[in-house]
Amino acid sequence: MAKSHVSTTVNGDPVEFLCDAPETMLDVLRNTLGLTGTKEGCGTGDCGACSIIVDGRVVCGCLMLAVEATGKQVTTIEGIGAPDRLHPVQQAFLEDAALQCGFCTPGFIVAAKALLDRNPDPSETEIRYWLAGNLCRCTGYDKIVRAVQHAAAEMKGQPA
Amino acid sequence: MTYEPKNLRVVGTRPIRHDGADKVTGRANYASDFTLPGMLWGRVLRSPHAHTRVISINTDKARALPGVKAVITGADLTLPPPGITQAGESAINTQHLAKNLLARDKVFYDGHPVAAVAAISEAIAQQALGLIEVVYEVLPHVIDVDEAMRDDAPLLHDDLFTEGVEPKPEKPSNIAKRIFVGKGDIAKGFAEADIVIERSFTTKAVHQGYIEPQGVVANYAEDGQAMVWCSSQGQFLIRDLCITMLGMEASSLKVIPAEIGGGFGGKTTVYLEPLALMLSKAAGRPVKLTMTRGEVLRATGPHSGSSMTAKIGAMKDGTITTAEVVIKFQAGAFPGSPVGAAVMFCSAPYDIPNLSITGYDVVVNIPKIHAYRAPGAPNGAFAFETVLDELARELKMDPIDFRAKNSAVEGSKSPYGPTHGPIGGIECLSSAKNHPHYKANLGPNQGRGVASGFWINIGGQSAATVVVNRDGTISLVEGCPDIGGTRASLAMMCAEVLGIVAEKVRPSIVDTTAIAFNDVTGGSRVTFATGIAVVQATEDAVRQMRERAAKMWDIEVDQVGWRDGAAQELNGNRSLTISQIAQKAAKTGGQIMGHASINAHGAGPSLTTHLCDVEVDRETGKITILRYTTFQDAGKAVHPSYVEGQMQGGAAQGIGWALNEEYIHDAQGRLENAGFLDYRMPVASDLPMIDAVIIEVPNPNHPFGVRGVGEAPIVPPLAAIANAIYDATGVRMRDLPFSPPKVLAALEAAGKAKANG
Ligand code: FES
Ligand code: FES
Repeated sequence: MAKSHVSTTVNGDPVEFLCDAPETMLDVLRNTLGLTGTKEGCGTGDCGACSIIVDGRVVCGCLMLAVEATGKQVTTIEGIGAPDRLHPVQQAFLEDAALQCGFCTPGFIVAAKALLDRNPDPSETEIRYWLAGNLCRCTGYDKIVRAVQHAAAEMKGQPA
Repeated sequence: MTYEPKNLRVVGTRPIRHDGADKVTGRANYASDFTLPGMLWGRVLRSPHAHTRVISINTDKARALPGVKAVITGADLTLPPPGITQAGESAINTQHLAKNLLARDKVFYDGHPVAAVAAISEAIAQQALGLIEVVYEVLPHVIDVDEAMRDDAPLLHDDLFTEGVEPKPEKPSNIAKRIFVGKGDIAKGFAEADIVIERSFTTKAVHQGYIEPQGVVANYAEDGQAMVWCSSQGQFLIRDLCITMLGMEASSLKVIPAEIGGGFGGKTTVYLEPLALMLSKAAGRPVKLTMTRGEVLRATGPHSGSSMTAKIGAMKDGTITTAEVVIKFQAGAFPGSPVGAAVMFCSAPYDIPNLSITGYDVVVNIPKIHAYRAPGAPNGAFAFETVLDELARELKMDPIDFRAKNSAVEGSKSPYGPTHGPIGGIECLSSAKNHPHYKANLGPNQGRGVASGFWINIGGQSAATVVVNRDGTISLVEGCPDIGGTRASLAMMCAEVLGIVAEKVRPSIVDTTAIAFNDVTGGSRVTFATGIAVVQATEDAVRQMRERAAKMWDIEVDQVGWRDGAAQELNGNRSLTISQIAQKAAKTGGQIMGHASINAHGAGPSLTTHLCDVEVDRETGKITILRYTTFQDAGKAVHPSYVEGQMQGGAAQGIGWALNEEYIHDAQGRLENAGFLDYRMPVASDLPMIDAVIIEVPNPNHPFGVRGVGEAPIVPPLAAIANAIYDATGVRMRDLPFSPPKVLAALEAAGKAKANG
């Protein structure tokens, strides 16, 4: 079976790749493009470790076919924050000890950033429901929720 | 080393962890993030049956598929000599391990590996699995622990005779072992009691649920030298198990620890590593092998389901006179469940004069049980702490006062033998009693539960090297994988001894060729035991720096002290900083490096009390956790945020275990819920904030008073929630999990009983 040719944008850069029809965006990010910051915890859309942002929406990379990336804007954990400054969500995760093993962390940061992009002032309940697609087995979520609240406060305090 | 109170400047603060930036940017490399040039992809063929004989395996068609480079089966793995490898709190039988890695004549569970393939792509490897022809003869299976103990149960191993009973049984059975802990005279104890309550409990097998599936890259070279990159709770354990399986020399295998995406005890053994090495050896190329989530749930160590009976007697004044407990644990396919810990620790928060606690280790057709956070203790505590709640109610005593009255204290003899040093049981209880949570108002259908827990914690072997760099920074070299912030806690203890800030110490976790053997990250031992090694290695470096300073000043070394990151002249005011000493190191005797390699003893036990408020939805049976507070003796919290994190995370795992998690099998013994959708772990919207109150009763055997903290927090939640449900509804739940259909059925049954009564 011939491979498909895909042109897309990943973290602001134009990217082209070849993929088999059943390959997922997660497979291509990790195995073809070498972007291993996006993790695979289940491959079935149930853990959120593979969260990426596609045209402004949080998507499970494991549920998206790679060919669907054609013409889209894809953001992965590697595209969040700048070389000289972590994104406020990343910084808050560090300051608030919101990670233990860190395996779920890229997915949470991607999802939390997308939340704050659309809702700069979420309630605790909104944060918990927004992040309900992301599993963390280590932290019990307490410090993750606090870190997102902390990041929201930081971002409001900063003039855009 | 012993504890001395000190003024601390680093220990007890909350610096940003040293590996933090890598982990919030996606840079950190976990097991399956690694790739080598020319790498092949492996896949494992697993049995679809729970219990079968393997009649034949034909791999010819798979081998003939273009792109397939190696195929292995059980026939390729020589059975190693009998032996035991210690893995933290569990012991691994090497022959059982070999039979678990690749089935030989028999398959013992759905998901048991029967063959493995390496090919140029994952898709070809997967296709090759479909070409392997296995002829099975399906046998009757058994999963429930009580059923497996019956005389007429399907027999897993015809050479298994129960250990620990006299005389030795004549017939083989599924009961691998009987263990017993007792003291005093329980008949006398029951006679003295004014009230005796006896209840039975069951729990289902549950999984550790780490989010990172197992993965490995192995590279076996033609000269017999090999490398394994994997995530585990101990690179040295992985090395030792692999070399035992493959008959290699220790120096021939370098195991490089990747970051680990959670373990909770489940990553203290091997599933893939020896297979990847065998495939790499056969193919002459590096091989990557990873598990899907389905494979993780079907074939890696769940924790035992259990069946228990607890009978406890107390006097009118609240004194517990005696306890008799029987605990039966699923061991999985091979003997070796953690029932021993349930037996030793279920009553351990208390000082009870008469005890009889019996445990049974029972093989059943599910994967070989493996350690899960405080292995075995939560099951035992579920039974014990629920009966205590019933007793307190009958006695009309506050459940905290009842527990405090019977608490083990310094000088009490533990059920498992030793006499306790300072322990924080009473402190946890009184802190809980005085906490605002205990006084918060409850509405209709809401209730509050209390439960305590105990975990012994372990010490063990650890090594550390402290390298003093020319610029005064420190490279701290250690060998225990960091799962929850131990790089930070170890670097902080090093910095404290040196009198510098934690950021000047850079910790590295190195491979098996770069440091002496270290036991696993498990048993809540790293901050305790590796912490002692780090303190000793740092003190060794300080001693050398004082010697160099003495040389530079031309005075005796006993005239040189150490304070604030510098050598200080005791009878004068000269001082030399670390970097000033290090820059002259070449001239004063060579580079400065402190070492320690120890076997630590005296890990103080952890005691903990949890408060839980629930609301029960009478329409649906759904339990909502309203408030949750944990109180735990940490000895000394080196980095309090990560101690709180352990307490919160352990509580959340226990809540999941209580409310939803269970292995569900179909009539053929196949796991029906081998995915995160149906194996339902807590998500953020299931939980409230979890308040963590750290109690500090210093451990006399650690320089800063540290006790392990990782395991105890999973012990109380099962009973705390059961007790809260009773408080809310008047209904006792004794069979886990408390999932909505079960709660609803129990509420309805209670309603009917009331209507009829
Ligand atoms: S890997 Fe995509 S949701 Fe789990
Ligand atoms: S920090 Fe380990 S899974 Fe979230």
